Amino acid sequence: MKLLTHNMLMSPGTKNGYPLAIEVEKMETVEAEFNGEFTARMVEKLDYAALLSTLRSLSVETGLPAAVPAEYAGDEVFLKALHHALMEIEILEGYLVCPETQKKFPIREGIPSML
Amino acid sequence: MATKVRTRPEESGPADIFYNETEANKYLHSSRMIEVQTSMAERAVEMLCLPEDTPCLLLDVGCGTGLSGEVLEEEGHAWMGCDISRDMLGVAQQREVEGELIHSDMGTGLPFRQGAFDGAISISAIQWLCYSNDEGNPRLRLHRFFQSLYRVLRRGARAVLQFYPQNAEQLQLITASAMRAGFGGGLVIDFPHSTKAKKYFLVLLAGPPDAGFSMPTALGESDAMSVGGASSAASGLGGGAADAGASSSVRNDGRKRHARRAMGSREKSRHGKIAKKSREWIALKKEAARRHGKEVTHDSKYSGRKRSKVSF
Repeated sequence: MKLLTHNMLMSPGTKNGYPLAIEVEKMETVEAEFNGEFTARMVEKLDYAALLSTLRSLSVETGLPAAVPAEYAGDEVFLKALHHALMEIEILEGYLVCPETQKKFPIREGIPSML
Repeated sequence: MATKVRTRPEESGPADIFYNETEANKYLHSSRMIEVQTSMAERAVEMLCLPEDTPCLLLDVGCGTGLSGEVLEEEGHAWMGCDISRDMLGVAQQREVEGELIHSDMGTGLPFRQGAFDGAISISAIQWLCYSNDEGNPRLRLHRFFQSLYRVLRRGARAVLQFYPQNAEQLQLITASAMRAGFGGGLVIDFPHSTKAKKYFLVLLAGPPDAGFSMPTALGESDAMSVGGASSAASGLGGGAADAGASSSVRNDGRKRHARRAMGSREKSRHGKIAKKSREWIALKKEAARRHGKEVTHDSKYSGRKRSKVSF
């Protein structure tokens, strides 16, 4: 599971089940092709604050600023850092924890189970 | 040879049990299955009407082994897929699809944040919602699904859902549920007069009615029909879409086609075969009978001619 997916995921059937906390057992960094246009498009969709707090909880250093720069579309440094955070960090094993109900959703072989 | 009965896997039990490892592997090896799934996915993407050359984030509901997702990849979009069968997702992973896979039950609501996606497709999945499982009855499951689908789509985004309704009631149940969730749009039926090629697509628009929204035209030339539209969305969805589509003109159309076929069959073949009772057909039959060593009357200029109407 990539962090982009995590940023979109919420606990099903809840109102405030976002963001899900991550309990990591195994994670890895995989290289992914950089697409500046796509990454810029994702900025408007992202919950940036949730992404930053997730990165902090995983203790991953990505060099992302505290807030989205005003002119992010042409800011290659920012987009590359964001791309790394969203697309290149894979959670392979662990749990997602709902902040509302404390329900645990297991992640196995990179696939979160939201049942 | 035993006659092959078309069965509905939905009746055999829940999807997560039906789509086991054996069933999942069929999607890996059967070229027929792959071809059908891919062509339906291509049609669904076409009807999504996404802006050109813009990479979008799409949702594939019931992504299975990721066949439909690969069509999205080819179009240059990123996708996330959810499916209730862990075995199917396992095969998708084996096939190294680019999309993100999530194991979830659409009948309990899609597990995503508001406005996350620029569009959604679903190939042969949502009819499963018409069957109860431990998580509730069809009405409740459909309601939770469409409500959550509406939520996870960006305003103005479309969802194209291909499905196999078992009967008119299911069709009605599904379309009515979509309308209650706030969707506009309607049903597009490709090749409505063919039993095999007939395909139901529910084309939905999330958000306020849009003047620029027009229902896609169904395939299958003059026979095709699409129900509903931006202006008459509610009537198309609400008034029993199956019956609404079969207006008198459509019914007449069928009748004419039938009549034409009955007339034509005498003179000309339809599929390149020789028409029955024609001169050529008789010659062929005689030839076959001769080969079998039977006694056959000789050929003459009178062979295959109709008897004279004159009575003696």
